[in-house]
Amino acid sequence: MSQNSDPAIRITGLENRFGAQVVHQGLDLDVRRGEIIGVVGGSGTGKSVLMRSIIGLQTPSAGRIEVLGQVMGEPCRPDIDIRSRWGVLFQGGALFSTLTVAENVEVGLKEFYPQMDPHLRREIARFKVTMTGLPDAAAAKYPSELSGGMKKRAGLARALALDPELLFLDEPTAGLDPIGAAAFDHLTRELHETLGLTVFLITHDLDTLHEICDRVAVLADKRVIAVGTIPELLASDHPWIHDYFDGPRGRSALAARYPGPVAGGLERIDGN
Amino acid sequence: MTAACDHVLSQTADGAAVLALSGVVTIATVSGLDRAMRQEEPAFATLDIGAVEEIDTAGAWLVWRLARDAGAHITGASAQAERLIGAIKTCSGVAPVTPYRPAFLTYLTAQTGKVVLELAAGSLRVLSFFGEVVATAGGLVLHPRRLRLTALVRHMQLVGVDSLGIIGLMSFLVGVVIAQQGAVQLAQFGAQIYTVNLTGRIALRELGVLMTAIMVAGRSGSAFAAQLGTMKLTEEIDAMRTIGVSPMEALVLPRILATLIMMPLLGVFSALVAIVGGASISAATMGIPFFTFLARVQEVVPMIDLWVGVVKGPMFGLIVALTGCYQGMQVEGSSEEVGKRTTMAVVQAISAVIMIDAFFAVFFSEVGWI
Repeated sequence: MSQNSDPAIRITGLENRFGAQVVHQGLDLDVRRGEIIGVVGGSGTGKSVLMRSIIGLQTPSAGRIEVLGQVMGEPCRPDIDIRSRWGVLFQGGALFSTLTVAENVEVGLKEFYPQMDPHLRREIARFKVTMTGLPDAAAAKYPSELSGGMKKRAGLARALALDPELLFLDEPTAGLDPIGAAAFDHLTRELHETLGLTVFLITHDLDTLHEICDRVAVLADKRVIAVGTIPELLASDHPWIHDYFDGPRGRSALAARYPGPVAGGLERIDGN
Repeated sequence: MTAACDHVLSQTADGAAVLALSGVVTIATVSGLDRAMRQEEPAFATLDIGAVEEIDTAGAWLVWRLARDAGAHITGASAQAERLIGAIKTCSGVAPVTPYRPAFLTYLTAQTGKVVLELAAGSLRVLSFFGEVVATAGGLVLHPRRLRLTALVRHMQLVGVDSLGIIGLMSFLVGVVIAQQGAVQLAQFGAQIYTVNLTGRIALRELGVLMTAIMVAGRSGSAFAAQLGTMKLTEEIDAMRTIGVSPMEALVLPRILATLIMMPLLGVFSALVAIVGGASISAATMGIPFFTFLARVQEVVPMIDLWVGVVKGPMFGLIVALTGCYQGMQVEGSSEEVGKRTTMAVVQAISAVIMIDAFFAVFFSEVGWI
């Protein structure tokens, strides 16, 4: 456990291209252990591609990605090891439609711990389901019987099945009503604190960014143009960052979060 | 790293049993501990986890459950363990994780009833679907400009032109088999020359159109079901309805019309290729020259055989396309349904085609179209 001070994810010189289209070029990003990092960027800036590159679903054209000390794409340590140490929540939940929610959670357990007693596996699946705030009865339901918000929670339960150190969330609050979104944010924060998770979160939701993210990475011009807390980002003068956080929606989210001094600071930035 | 978790059962001075856990109690190690506990079923009043070095939610769960079942209290919990146990102990669900599955006999009875009811309801739905298709087609007759010509031509290509290769190959080979096997049997009566009659007549009357229907059902009927089914799942069809586009007009009718038009053409093509196949094998193994075979076909096969084949074409096409589109439009819920409906489309189309073909074979003979 000597590498605990190492970053959870270290990306250097990442390049992704599809034919002639370059999505990322010279992208660098460090994600610290135990933080919630939010990744923002306009549509088409390759947020999802970045996540897919990190979790190995997409082989980058160039660059180096290190996740929890394991260099991705290098066979020296079995790949399977790293996959039991992260959990991924896809945008639509991506639940296996022929399995119930609890069986979805059990899939990873069966895969990595085949010797586990079925009773224990079932118990674990059940408390993971309830831990994500789903009602007890939801465990036996099929994904097609769940609402959008419940699917996300079920997907989260599956992502947490193996007690991962690292959690990837792809737009977790997209398509949820404000109450549901706030509840999901709260849940993410709570799980982060209880389980000591590192969370890599792609989002468009300004409230989520303000509420739960320790730092925010901004994706633009094919790379990460800035990383920092929101007040730090506001101090930068990149036009996109300003349009993003300082637009009408950004303002109201910010005012809700930092009443007083920072909003005053904003005025000052406006004055410049 | 070989993480392990040990447990020791001991007695304190006042006689109370203490179960002490040590080492790593995480998801990787709980299986062993769980199994040991199930075998030993120890009784203890205190669960000491002071020596536990690492714990996660799975470990916390097991610790808490062991304590709960034994009625023991937990001591020595680290801040981390305390927090995790606090988080999971409110999550002890008791609900079943699989849906209710009835006993076999109940299931059998229920399933039989369901199938019978479904058969009745299904027939009604097919009928209403067919009615809708006819009504839409009627609307098109009144307003011919509403016909989706691009879609129609595209599906004519997909159903017809693109399948020429595979249907040609199959028909050729079937022609070869009929001629060759026929010749072997007929030679026993010295009637080898009737191989021509056999091949020519059976290809035009039956095989051409039947083979085609089966191939089209497998190729296009299944594609219709899968396409429409997926569009139903992704709400594309609902979106169409809200915009005011009738899915019947835009999706179903072009597919049905295209199949209707292409089937007789493909059937004739298939029959001709089968005859060529028969002629080829006859030339190669029976000493009947290729062109003599073809000339002889013209002499012995009456025109009525062609018409019998051609008349069945649109009928089979209608069945195949209708089943495919109907099953596609019935998809609801999950992606599994798409697969199920696609299979049903193919199976039902092929069975219906063969049943109707059998009926026609007898019918045409009875009315004297021999």
